[in-house]
Order: sequence, then C-alpha cells, then structure tokens
Amino acid sequence: MDFLIEQLPRYLDGALITVQLTAGGSALAFVLAMVFGILGSMKHWLPRAVATVYVEVFRGIAALVLMFWMAYALPLVSGYKLDDTFAAIVALGINLGAYGAEVVRAAVNAVPKAQVEACVALNMSWFQRTRLVVLPQAWAQMLPTFGNLVIELMKATAVAYLIGVADLTAVAQQIRSATGETVLAFTGALILYYLIAQVLIFGMRLLERRANRKLGRIPPGGTGLLALLRPPSVGTKVGVAK
Amino acid sequence: MIWDFEFTLEVMPDFLRGLWVTVQATVFGYLIALALGLVIAMVRRIPVLGTIVHVVMEFIRTTPLLVQLVFVFALVPAGFSPLMVGIIVLGVHYAAYTAEVYRSGIEGVAVGQWEAARALSLPARRTWGAIVLPQAIRKVIPALGNYLIAMFKDTPLLFAITVVELLATAQQVGQASFKIVEAFTLVGFLFLLVSIPSAIIIRRLERRYAAV
Repeated sequence: MDFLIEQLPRYLDGALITVQLTAGGSALAFVLAMVFGILGSMKHWLPRAVATVYVEVFRGIAALVLMFWMAYALPLVSGYKLDDTFAAIVALGINLGAYGAEVVRAAVNAVPKAQVEACVALNMSWFQRTRLVVLPQAWAQMLPTFGNLVIELMKATAVAYLIGVADLTAVAQQIRSATGETVLAFTGALILYYLIAQVLIFGMRLLERRANRKLGRIPPGGTGLLALLRPPSVGTKVGVAK
Repeated sequence: MIWDFEFTLEVMPDFLRGLWVTVQATVFGYLIALALGLVIAMVRRIPVLGTIVHVVMEFIRTTPLLVQLVFVFALVPAGFSPLMVGIIVLGVHYAAYTAEVYRSGIEGVAVGQWEAARALSLPARRTWGAIVLPQAIRKVIPALGNYLIAMFKDTPLLFAITVVELLATAQQVGQASFKIVEAFTLVGFLFLLVSIPSAIIIRRLERRYAAV
C-alpha cells in the first residue's frame, strides 16, 4: 500500500495521458461514426458503399496494426512524422469509429418508418427531419452500445505504449523496471484502469438517462440516483441497439 | 514511393508463418474462452460464489488485455512458452465476454422450460444438458462468432510478450530490409484477408440462427 501511495504521482501522470487518449480517440470516433453511420443509412448506393468500405476495412484491421502503420509507415509515405500521441489518437479513433458507424447505422434504421413518413408529409427537409426527428430517437438507441465502445477504446489505449506514448501502461513498466515490484506495479495500473472504466460507465448511464427522459421514456431500472449504479436488467427494450 | 512487389513475394513465407501463429493463438484461445465462459455463466447462478466471480470477471473485462498479458508474462517463471501464456490470457480475457453472452442466452430460456424440467424431476445435469443449454447456445451462436473475430484482431498484442506473430514478423522483416511501408501495409492486408470473409460467415450464421 505504501508503495502504491509513494508512486501515485507517477501513476496519475500516466493516467492523465490515458484519459487524454481516451477523450481524443472518442471524439474522433464519434464524429466518424456519425458521418459514416448516417451515410450508411441513406437510400442512394454511393454513400452506402463509401460507409461499407470504411466500416469493413477499419473494423478488420487491429488498432495496434493501424497504430504501427501510422507511426512507422506513414512518415515514409507522406514525409510527415505524426506526434506519437496524435498517431495513437487517430488510429484509435478510426478503428472504433468503424464500430460506431455500424451502431449509428443500425440505430437510424431502427427508427420507425412512420416517423420519416410524417416528416415528409410535413414537408420537412432531409436535414430537418434527421436533426429534429430521427437522430434524437436513434441517439437513445445507440448510447448503450456507445458506452461499451468507449470502454473498449479506453482499454485499447494501452497499446499506445508500444509506439512510445507514456501512458499508464508505460508508467507501470517504468515503475516495474525501477523497483522490481512486478505484482504491485501492474496491480496499481490495473486498478486505475478499472476506476477510469467505472467513471466512464457511470457517465454513459447519466447520458442514457437524459436521452431517454428527453424522449419521455422512463429509464430502465428506476429514476433514483442509486439506479445508476445497478447494471440495467437484461431484456429492457429501451435502448437495446440491434 | 513505389511498392516493391518482389520484396512482397520474397517475404510472403515469413508472413504466412506469422499468420499461422496468429491463427493458432486465436483458435486455442477461443476454445478456452468458449469452455470457460460457459462454466462461468453457470457458476454465476450460484448465490455468493457467483457474485465473487462476477466481480472478478468485471475487473478483467474493464482492464486492458495488453496490461494483463504483460503482467502474467512477468509473473510466470522463465522458460514458459510465451505463446502458451498468450493463449491462456487471451482465453481467460475473452471468457469474461463469452460468459455474458452465454448468460443472456440462458436468461432467454423461458421459465416454463425450467419448471417443466423440475416437474419431471430431472437431475441438474439433464436440466442443463438436455433442456437449457441446447436452447440457450443456439441463440447466441452469432454473438459468440463475433468474439472470434474480435479475438483474432487482438492477437497482435502478443507481440508485447515476444510471441513472433504476424505483426512481430513484419517489424523484424521491415527493420532488416528498410521496407517498412510494405511490411506494415502487408500486415493490414492479411488481416483484412481473414477478417472480412469471417465477417461474412458470421452474417450468414446470424441469418440462420435468429439472434436473441
């Protein structure tokens, strides 16, 4: 315990980098997921083809391989060397964005047809009906899966240490080689990762509740603050993205 | 920047050997994940023990696989095959996921089925083996398949514990010949070569066994 308290400042430095990678990666993944997800839900074949290519290619390649490519091959192709942290964020964002795009596409497609038809009847433009009618409903659908993806992204940030980013894993390695305390060094890092994940899960549940409330739905598991700590019960139809 | 085709052909055997290690790690890790996940899903129904197992699995699921790999690899005595360690850690990590999948399948079995098994006073072994699991597993086959692909894409992490799989091969070859672009791009292609067809197969499975 003393050991962990003593090393806490170093752990926190690493954890900060991990949080930065997670935040940056999530932001990029979110934008990509929205853009390609909406493209994928369109009627015309061209945007759908673009979305399919993006999803299948970047879902199929491991984040680590993408990261290595960005860090080592890209400078040779383009002549520009990306900052390691930035390369990691871009690789994570593109990779998780591909998963997210599928979620967005499925959620948009799951909005009842009648909603879109009503918009057409009211002479709303495509932009209006997407922004005002389709997305708010799809949003509640996609949030639970986004929650899982954010956790996946946070876990995937650990690989950034392999291209030289000083994240939590790198700190654990440094502490281990400096002190020889293998078990303690890694246990500290694992606990911090666990705590970050719990905060993310909590935050995503808050977002979910807000999204459901805005649609006038009662969030699964009750409305109390304690309900946030309980995992949603299986089979709740609200927000189950298929 | 010109793509060097001769080089590509030349290193293909090395790459295929790396891919073979990747496939081995995936297949054996997946078998562990399938078996262990099922056991965990069943143990989770036992009152106290189930809660403990659940918490441990939650911890495994929310912490990075890479750190777990490096951690376990540092703990096992020298002389242990890195590939072996990799397979076991991969298997246990993914068991935490497959356990959730099995659980959703088991909970999806109608209560009446359990009640009927009890009314016929079937022993627990028959209740599980002949009534519950055949119905539960059938529904979760596509979801389990998704984890096979996910696992395949996590095998490059074994690189961190000195397993010479595809990515490690690429790095060795790339550094030795200064053809880094070809080496890493080729890895990406080989990954797509495996994961896109398997994604198509999973989609077929999904259509065949209606998902939960």
